[in-house]
Amino acid sequence: MTSYLARRAAQAIVVVIGVMIVTFILIHLVPGSAARAALGVHATSTRIAIFNTTYGLDKPVYIQFADYVGQLFRGNFGISYTLQQPVSTLITQRLPGDILLLGVSTVLAVAIAIPLGIYQAVKRNRLSDQLLDGVSFTLYTMPDFFVAFLLIALFAVQLHVFPPEAPQASNLGGMLADPGALVLPIATLTVSNLAGFSRYMRAAAIDVLAEDFLRTARAKGLPERLVLARHVLRNSILPIVTLIGLTFPNIVAGAVIVETVFSYQGMGLLFFQAATSHDYPVLLGTTLIIGAATVVGNLGADVAYGILDPRIRHGNA
Amino acid sequence: MATRELIEAPGAGGQPEDQRGPGNSAFRAWAANRRAQAGAGIIVALAAFCFLGPLFYHTNQVTVNLNAATLPPGAGHPLGTDGDGYDVLGRLMVGGQSSLELGFAVAAATTVIGTLYGAIAGWAGGIVDMVMMRVIDTFLALPMLVLLLILVTIFTPSLLMIILLLTALSWLGTARLVRGQILTIRTREYVQAAKTLGGGQWWVMRRHLVPNALSVIVVSATFTIADAILMLSVLSFLGLGLPPPAADWGSMLTDGLNYLFDGYWWMVYPPAIVLIITLIAFNLIGESLRDSLDVRLR
Repeated sequence: MTSYLARRAAQAIVVVIGVMIVTFILIHLVPGSAARAALGVHATSTRIAIFNTTYGLDKPVYIQFADYVGQLFRGNFGISYTLQQPVSTLITQRLPGDILLLGVSTVLAVAIAIPLGIYQAVKRNRLSDQLLDGVSFTLYTMPDFFVAFLLIALFAVQLHVFPPEAPQASNLGGMLADPGALVLPIATLTVSNLAGFSRYMRAAAIDVLAEDFLRTARAKGLPERLVLARHVLRNSILPIVTLIGLTFPNIVAGAVIVETVFSYQGMGLLFFQAATSHDYPVLLGTTLIIGAATVVGNLGADVAYGILDPRIRHGNA
Repeated sequence: MATRELIEAPGAGGQPEDQRGPGNSAFRAWAANRRAQAGAGIIVALAAFCFLGPLFYHTNQVTVNLNAATLPPGAGHPLGTDGDGYDVLGRLMVGGQSSLELGFAVAAATTVIGTLYGAIAGWAGGIVDMVMMRVIDTFLALPMLVLLLILVTIFTPSLLMIILLLTALSWLGTARLVRGQILTIRTREYVQAAKTLGGGQWWVMRRHLVPNALSVIVVSATFTIADAILMLSVLSFLGLGLPPPAADWGSMLTDGLNYLFDGYWWMVYPPAIVLIITLIAFNLIGESLRDSLDVRLR
């Protein structure tokens, strides 16, 4: 177990360094120059020269990369071209909002998916299962932005219960002060994750229901309710842990879309705005954080799986 | 890569090794499965609608006509017109052409590149495999949408460019799956036998490894089509899709959503419904093939 984790951690570090190199190269592929993109086509050559010197863009690419990595280790992600603020400040401002959005919607999706999946597995191929399966399949294939618009059309335009825009406060306290405005963004992300989770949960529970230890549990007279709670639930939660780790990139992609639709003040919106305004320091910083979060998420899922599953914990696998 | 590849129907009886050739097993699994056939039927109908429809239903999809903008469904325009005066039914056909062309083109290119890369990594093993896989891990650590957004702001989007960019990002998943499959197959007795009997590396690869990895490849290609069409619609939604007057279902839907609050439902629901039906159809084929071939996409 320990050596396995050490190996996985080493791999994770290699991947994070890879992400750093890849994003850096990508951004230096920009035709023309970053200065042109940031200052516009009418910028004079003097202004461009000043811009390049200010941001160190007149040096060779490998020196720029070395500088960038050196600064990263000092916690310096550079200065935003458009917002004139340190990227690290922008990211730390947005991060709590993202933890709120991703955390609440993931927890909700899992909390609904587990009982739903087990219910469907028990009622396998009956009418209620098939109906639920049809609904989750449809939701699952539906683009996230369309789910968002359906929710807006229903709850904001028709029923006037929730506003179609997320809270615009720049800190967590301000956002929590307007809970009604948080409902639709969180609901959208929950629905889009829920569909995949519940289908996965159903499959996992069906697998568990076929296991021999369930026959044993029933044979010794354990009531069906306890069979489900003790054996089916515990054994089918295991794969959900891996699933969350593996689908983390999807969850983040969903968050980028949800934040754009609702103008939710998170890192996804920051990333999107940086991409469309050619604000490369912000783009690099946010991409790096997203990549690192994915790698850590995967690693965390592996660790959690190891802790939850005694077969792995004791080094048999 | 999406969650769907992790959702496996349990107890699906598979035939991983088929005496009559693995290519046939994918076809027979499809033929034996009503859901897969329904999916294929929908796609054939949609393709006929998009590519043959304009031969019978003539509309102007190039010039803007603001005199005929936002007309409700009625005589002359069965599904009404959009904000630029384009006939919605005609635009669905033209838009579907780009969506479907993109899906199939990306899947074809992805399959070739991903299979080659995965087969080489799986076959070579050792340090080569490790380096090749870390490259893939690096790209997969970033959500496809994130990489795609960076790329479309660098390269000016056109249908061909978006196909190239999506291919550049989609083959990674296929490569990883094929590599995993090759690793399993290369230890099988018949591969050992083929090598012992003097079969060359490439010959064994071509004759035994790739054909036996075919079910994974087919299933993953089906999902790639759905993903590519979905990604195009997301790009269009974010305003980074095909430039006008080119159309695709995603951009039609996005244009329509701007009018959603004006009650112009005919601009929203037709593209939404065809888009979702298309995605469902490809997912139906992919999922039922995956289950009946017992393909493990992990």
